[in-house]
Amino acid sequence: MLAYLLRRLAWGAVTVVGVLLFLFWLFFLYADPQDVARRALGEKAPPEAVAQWLANHGYDKPAVWNPAAPLDTRLADHLRRMLTFDFGKSDADDTPIAARLADGIGPTLSVTVPLLLLGLPLAVSLALLVAFFRETYIDRAGVVLSVLAMSVSILIYILGGQFLLGKVLRWFPISGFDPDPGVVLRFLALPVLVGLVSHLGSDVRFYRAVFLEESNRDYVRTARAKGASDARVMARHVLPNALIPVLTNVSLAIPFLFTGSLLLESFFGIPGLGSITVEAIHANDFATLRVMVYLGALLFVAAQVLTDVAYTLVDPRVRLG
Amino acid sequence: MSAPLLAVEGLVTSFPGRGAERIAVVDRVDLAIAAGETLALVGESGCGKSMTALSIVSLVPKPGRVDAGSVRLAGRELRGLPVDAMRRVRGAEIAMIFQEPATSLNPVQRVGAQVAEAVRLHERVSRGEALRRALALFESVGIPDPDARLGAYPHQLSGGLKQRVMIAIALAARPKLLVADEPTTALDVTVQAQILELLRRLAGETGASVLLITHDLGVVNELADRVAVMYAGRVVEEGTREAVLGAPRHPYTQGLLRAMPARAAAGERLYEIPGAVPAADAWPPGCRFAERCAIAQDVCRAREPERTPLAGGGGVRCHAVAAAR
Amino acid sequence: MEGHVAGNLGAAALVLLLAFAAWRVRGSRRGRERFGEIVRRRPWASAVVALYLGVALLDSFAWIDAAAPGTVAAPRSLLDRVFPADFGERSYSAPLADAEFYGGEPLAHPGRHLLGTDILGRDVLHLALGGARVALLIGGVTSLLAIPLAIAFGVAAGYFGRRVDDVVFFVLSTLASIPSLLLLVALVMVLGRGTLQVCVALAITSWVGFCRVVRGETMKLRELDYVQAARALGVSDARILARHVVPNLGHLVVITFVLTFSQLVLSEAILSWLGVGIDGSWGQMIDQARDELARDPVIGWNLGAASAALFGLILAVNRLGDAVRDVLDPRTLRERAG
Ligand SMILES: Nc1ncnc2c1ncn2[C@@H]1O[C@H](COP(=O)(O)OP(=O)(O)OP(=O)(O)O)[C@@H](O)[C@H]1O
Ligand SMILES: [Mg+2]
Repeated sequence: MLAYLLRRLAWGAVTVVGVLLFLFWLFFLYADPQDVARRALGEKAPPEAVAQWLANHGYDKPAVWNPAAPLDTRLADHLRRMLTFDFGKSDADDTPIAARLADGIGPTLSVTVPLLLLGLPLAVSLALLVAFFRETYIDRAGVVLSVLAMSVSILIYILGGQFLLGKVLRWFPISGFDPDPGVVLRFLALPVLVGLVSHLGSDVRFYRAVFLEESNRDYVRTARAKGASDARVMARHVLPNALIPVLTNVSLAIPFLFTGSLLLESFFGIPGLGSITVEAIHANDFATLRVMVYLGALLFVAAQVLTDVAYTLVDPRVRLG
Repeated sequence: MSAPLLAVEGLVTSFPGRGAERIAVVDRVDLAIAAGETLALVGESGCGKSMTALSIVSLVPKPGRVDAGSVRLAGRELRGLPVDAMRRVRGAEIAMIFQEPATSLNPVQRVGAQVAEAVRLHERVSRGEALRRALALFESVGIPDPDARLGAYPHQLSGGLKQRVMIAIALAARPKLLVADEPTTALDVTVQAQILELLRRLAGETGASVLLITHDLGVVNELADRVAVMYAGRVVEEGTREAVLGAPRHPYTQGLLRAMPARAAAGERLYEIPGAVPAADAWPPGCRFAERCAIAQDVCRAREPERTPLAGGGGVRCHAVAAAR
Repeated sequence: MEGHVAGNLGAAALVLLLAFAAWRVRGSRRGRERFGEIVRRRPWASAVVALYLGVALLDSFAWIDAAAPGTVAAPRSLLDRVFPADFGERSYSAPLADAEFYGGEPLAHPGRHLLGTDILGRDVLHLALGGARVALLIGGVTSLLAIPLAIAFGVAAGYFGRRVDDVVFFVLSTLASIPSLLLLVALVMVLGRGTLQVCVALAITSWVGFCRVVRGETMKLRELDYVQAARALGVSDARILARHVVPNLGHLVVITFVLTFSQLVLSEAILSWLGVGIDGSWGQMIDQARDELARDPVIGWNLGAASAALFGLILAVNRLGDAVRDVLDPRTLRERAG
């Protein structure tokens, strides 16, 4: 089992290196530094200013190969920065990226953590309910409702929620954020609600499929033949086995815990990492953007490895096999 | 015959077909099992044996359902029983063993706990007591080193051991009837013999009746008191083992017997019944075996044969036998 | 080549492709049966998808008329020609209104804008119908880029295994480990804005999914007895791939395509919202509605039309996708029979 975990860790490391190389290719080889500079400084910036900017941001160094100083290249800088989390300055306004991220992580987590903690039990219990009533009109209605819900763009959920609950009914402030614990919940309620609803359709559908697939397995028939009630079969046999795919689905959401939801944050004015990313998009700030992509991938890989560890706890076939 | 332990009459189980019609995969099936008796239900793959067994305990998977018929256990009607009452019948009065030991046990639960659950579902005993009972059951089904095996997960056991665990689960609440659906099909030949021997011994010791589903006539020969032969959803012949195996009357039963490897003399080419079982939605109107039958007449394709009673309490559905009377 | 000429050629190619597909389906009994079964299961969704496809095709064939003196001639599609050439107003007007929404000036076409006009006075119904072409373009061009590459790499990885598989698997897991919206945004930012760029970015993200499916299925096909037998007999790899592997991937590619399509269109809407989408998409119309909902009184028809059009297509495709998967995927059939 230790060997298994080490193998997964090695796989994770290789993947992260792959992501770093991909980002290097995309942002340093494919993207033309001149172009990056002009996007940051404006089309009419004088050549000296561009040269100055390039030198300032390290875009003037040789890409991969520098015979004079082998470690003074863009590739070496890129790898060193990313691996040491010393992300350098923004392309747009020269502020240190790491400091901005540190400011943004709090607001982001205050949205994403409730979203995950409320969303998972909600979706799982709805899916259990629907799966329990399979082949009845409750199940059919549940399926149709899920498909309806997942066919609505998240944009509509945001606009609709904000308009209806914020503007017309005035239940919540339309947008904004205040970290003061006394009022922060007021600001978080609407984005969390909208986030919950927007994911519910596809989550319920997925979990329902998982539960149904598990319910069709032979061991479920055995349990029923023993005389276990439907509820007991669901709770004691189907649910523990279904935890494995459920866990996988949850692990896919973990990167977003930190990178935040671009749409929810930017639209509800929450100054988290999602908003930082959206600002970077609008400001052509490649440096910040690639840090966000890297962090997203890093968290994804970490979540995968953690999930594998969790598998070993849930599934004796992995733990002892 | 005295009042049977299990009496199945006119059982019909169907699945939805194209459009609104339903396809009866089990069609007007009658079965009777006396206390302590072993009845073998034989037939080719897909003829409805498993669905018959599942219908008896109301476990037909959706969208299938039992449409008609009666299932009486020791005189008590099981069809139409409330869900909770039926639940108490399962395991406690009628227990089941399935074909695939590899997938029939819960992979994330220790096998001891799975046996203990079967005990506790029907008797108010403590967890520890249930585990002690599981240990005793493990011993009686011949699991070596039973103490250690209680804590094992299914994937750590061999196929034969898993099937023994399944048998332990089935016997946990001391059922009156054991339904074994092809209990040895998925096992190695040597293990098959051990499991059959075990079933025979346990049935004898506990006095339970057994409904043994198989398509292996060799197994029938070793274990069964009586035999029912199914073809395309219907029982076509039934009677004592000696009668059905020794003097089969239905052309299908005769074909099955000729197709047994052990019966073919060395060097002789093994007989095969021509054709294949028609799909459930394409069953012909007359005798369902007519298409593959060497002696089929026009009447066979036109009209379903009635049951012709035979000497010794058996019966057969064949126009040729009826005509010979 | 001018934009609309390329558009016409692309649309003509699409029509030919559809005709070819229809011919192939009609030509085989199984094809006819399966197609019939899908339509029978989802008559409404099929009709709605056909309707969107029809509107999109109408909007895809365009040509330029001689310009009136003093104006610049612009290409107009068949769809545009359904509406009068000068169907615009100065600014917002409500559905079927006679006067402008703010200010109350009389309209040039009173009572004729079924869904009103937007801030630039464009007919909202016209814009909403035009979005169908963009949606089709997103799904079509992206798949045209992604699917052939996915088949090439997926089949190579699945069939040859070893080094080839290692490399493809490495690329797959690298790309798959980047959260897809971030990957999409990064690609669009670097590639630049524009229709083709957005489609390339979407193609790269959806390639991952296609390639995984193809690789997995190829691995299974390779182990089949008759493929093993053909290899043992010395049949060339190219022949085995062409005869036994690639033809058997069709249904999975179709299923994945239908299931991916709605994801692509929804992703583009998000890109539009972030300001890097495709011109004329429903996402852009929704993006504009941000300001419109903040106005007083509120402008709802632009958002309503775009959301309804988007929702209708996605719902129909999602419903159809379920049926396509159930009918084409023999695995679900096997599960039922087992
Ligand atoms: N879920 C289902 N939906 C539709 N038809 C089904 C379903 N399950 C079983 N059937 C049909 O019911 C018929 C009887 O199946 P059953 O499993 O009882 O056969 P069997 O005699 O046990 O065969 P085997 O020896 O393969 O176990 C078959 O023709 C099968 O196609
Ligand atoms: Mg069976």
